[in-house]
Amino acid sequence: MSMDEEIDTEVVKKFLYVNRKAPYGTIYALESLEVVLISAAFDQDVSLAFLDDGVYQLVDGQDTKAIGMKNFSPTYRALGDYEITKLFVEKESLDERGLTEDDLMEIMYEDEDDDWAEKPSIRIVSRDEMAAIMADQDVVLSF
Amino acid sequence: MPTLHTVNKSPFERTAFGSCLKHLAAGDAVLVLEDGVVGLRKATAFAGDLDAVSGDHKLYALGPDLDARGLKADDLVSGITVVDYDGFVDLVAEHDRTQAWL
Repeated sequence: MSMDEEIDTEVVKKFLYVNRKAPYGTIYALESLEVVLISAAFDQDVSLAFLDDGVYQLVDGQDTKAIGMKNFSPTYRALGDYEITKLFVEKESLDERGLTEDDLMEIMYEDEDDDWAEKPSIRIVSRDEMAAIMADQDVVLSF
Repeated sequence: MPTLHTVNKSPFERTAFGSCLKHLAAGDAVLVLEDGVVGLRKATAFAGDLDAVSGDHKLYALGPDLDARGLKADDLVSGITVVDYDGFVDLVAEHDRTQAWL
């Protein structure tokens, strides 16, 4: 078997990164993002889930100057370039925190299969839908 | 395609346990360990949440963590199966994936 064939037949697994912590107070959110970016090199089917305080990671207008920490929120907008285009955000978690989809960053990707049309990466899902997404994975990594 | 969910935080300190219970799919099981086991004591403010899912889902607790916290099987809400470390390994092997609620 040639190298190309080996690559073609490689098993693609579904990986879900579950984000449940607000950014900056702990290192979880940044570590998750780092691991997600590393995972992009392995050609797997990657999705991100944002629920509980994890939804704060995607809130627009983050400004960390006064706390002396790197504002890593713009990096979420780069995920599309790494073909990570499924960012599932739980509706109930937004509601519980007085947030709506309008409070979140606009994160777009270009769909290769649809003439590079610009599409939103963030998909608002219900708690039931989130449970179904979790159940559909090969590997779940929690942060 | 059932999932084994593990919870290692007290429901009185963190939201992980409660959130886990709200995201169970059909056939999923929950293994409670470390500080999570304090959420298994009967008559706590959290017991109703456990009762609501225990009919549809298997609930397991790690025995050594119960012992370490002075919790006896009689102290727990009904329907908890106590497992040892070998049982923990078996549960991971029997399920399609493990999701750790941190």
